[in-house]
Amino acid sequence: MRRPVLVLAIVVLAAACAKYPKVIGPLARTDLYVLLPGAGGASSGALAVTSGAQQQTLATPYAAATVEQPGTIGTKTMTEAETRSLFEAALAAQPPRPTAYVLYFRVDSDELTPESRAMVETILGEITRRPAPEVIVIGHTDTMGSQEHNDDLSLKRARLVRTKLIERGLKEQDIEASGRGKRELLVPTADQVPEARNRRVEIIVK
Amino acid sequence: MTIRRLLLTGILLTAVAAPSTASANDVGVVKVSKGTTAVERGAQRLPAPVGTRVREGDIVVTGPDGALGITFKDNSLLSIGPESRLSVDRFVFDATTHKGSFETSLTKGTLAGVSGKIAKQSPDAMKVKTPPALLGVRGTEFVIRTGDSK
Repeated sequence: MRRPVLVLAIVVLAAACAKYPKVIGPLARTDLYVLLPGAGGASSGALAVTSGAQQQTLATPYAAATVEQPGTIGTKTMTEAETRSLFEAALAAQPPRPTAYVLYFRVDSDELTPESRAMVETILGEITRRPAPEVIVIGHTDTMGSQEHNDDLSLKRARLVRTKLIERGLKEQDIEASGRGKRELLVPTADQVPEARNRRVEIIVK
Repeated sequence: MTIRRLLLTGILLTAVAAPSTASANDVGVVKVSKGTTAVERGAQRLPAPVGTRVREGDIVVTGPDGALGITFKDNSLLSIGPESRLSVDRFVFDATTHKGSFETSLTKGTLAGVSGKIAKQSPDAMKVKTPPALLGVRGTEFVIRTGDSK
């Protein structure tokens, strides 16, 4: 019996909104959009803000757009301190940034180099430090041998790393393994060239 | 022996199909959840602790003491502050080409965002809607506030 009342309320509300759109604006609180600098000095890109027929592009750190009335965009520059304070809770809830690691292998083998074997511990530490960790393992090879051989080898390398991580306590459902063969070289070479830096597994920790 | 093995296999398969496990529909995972948080999925309202898998069409909401952060499949990060409501309208991502489309709506509250591979590959593919505006995210980090809540 409650449902028809709810539906009626929605219909009345929708009708009211359609008939008197001006009643909604000005907004109860000014909308604020702020461009932040990229992490680690990365380029900060841009934020294109459109409201009604107006558009503003924010392209410098802490450049901000305000919308008090739909269709009218104001601009200003915020300070880092006021931005941090206004958005404290949302910024504090940002998940850790995905991190990528690379492990290297011996020639035509699924055996890790000694340096890479030592790095597995560092990666495990990073995984266990994260909330609800997800890991993506992607295997690669150099250009020695056929496509088929390398597809097989790259998948073998990725699965080996996956198994190692599962043996150390990571949940199977949280770790994916795939092989890219010789399609994605780190160091571009001609075909049939041995190159240690291409015999690798990328591990992305999220 | 064979029957026992079959039964065991059945149990294992059931365990794999449980809702806590990953599904192809997942577009992101809740990594931070503080205070009152929930996911609205169709008519359902589910709790949203750390580890909750988010799907296209989900709406994540927070109470006055709540905050929540999600890592998406393309490495985009979106987090909301208290009394916020964020709807994941569209998420399409090709992990090989990095092409895709990512659209969300913040109907109230605050949002902090870091764009991922979708925005990097196609500069106009990531969009955030608010009641009065549309934001095109061109490979960047940003914060926004909308609506009339505190």
